[in-house]
Amino acid sequence: MAKQSNEAFFWMLFSAGGVVAALLIPVHLLLFGLAIPQGWVQAPSYEHLMSLLRIPLVRIYLFVFCALPLFHWAHRFRFTLYDGLKVKHLNEIIFVFCYGGALLGTVVAAYLLWNIS
Amino acid sequence: MPTRNLESTKAAPNYTPFHPRWYRPHVSVYWWLGEWHYLKFILRELSSVFVGVVVIEALMLIQALRDGPEAYAHFLQGMQNPLVLVLNIISFFFVVFHTITWFNLAPSAMPVRLRGKRVPDVLVAAPSYVAWIVVSAFVSWLILQ
Repeated sequence: MAKQSNEAFFWMLFSAGGVVAALLIPVHLLLFGLAIPQGWVQAPSYEHLMSLLRIPLVRIYLFVFCALPLFHWAHRFRFTLYDGLKVKHLNEIIFVFCYGGALLGTVVAAYLLWNIS
Repeated sequence: MPTRNLESTKAAPNYTPFHPRWYRPHVSVYWWLGEWHYLKFILRELSSVFVGVVVIEALMLIQALRDGPEAYAHFLQGMQNPLVLVLNIISFFFVVFHTITWFNLAPSAMPVRLRGKRVPDVLVAAPSYVAWIVVSAFVSWLILQ
């Protein structure tokens, strides 16, 4: 039988990450990147954010929020390098850099979110 | 008369007529600058980088919250840095660009047919926008309470 490709698996991660990114990334950036630092809205208190962080569902949400868009970036950036910059001959390095980077971010997110006092 | 050796006829070489190499035009590394459509495509793909930037900022916020109130205040101050602000403004345009192009692609990726006729693309993409607004409002309410 011909060698099976793993592309479908990575594409699924890309697709799921794309949906999560499309729905959730803009509002988070708008709040913490623009509205709160610029004083358009009152900054949430430390206690309020910690009380949110202590809810397990919120930590799962944040893990998905971090992990899936990272894999979306990994897949998309990999093919942008192949097609845009025409560096397909470096495909092993690019593969490790992209998916390895996404995996690293996922592990960091899991570590940070595992235990909140 | 010598008998024909069957083995040797099986091993006769298979000749093909001569054909020159197919012409493959050389594509420049800057091919994407040639047309607006190509540039728009590359910008859409590069929006993924700014998605990654927002995720990294979120991880930094979570780390700051774990470290205590002073770290959280320090993080908020860091977000006011002019360079960070410029990065966030640029990122905002790119992530919204990602959202709009993503939702507008859904009808092409999954053509919806109702009773044999194709549902207009606008109607297939609209629920995603509604969901986007609802989710954004809910998240904002949760955080800003």
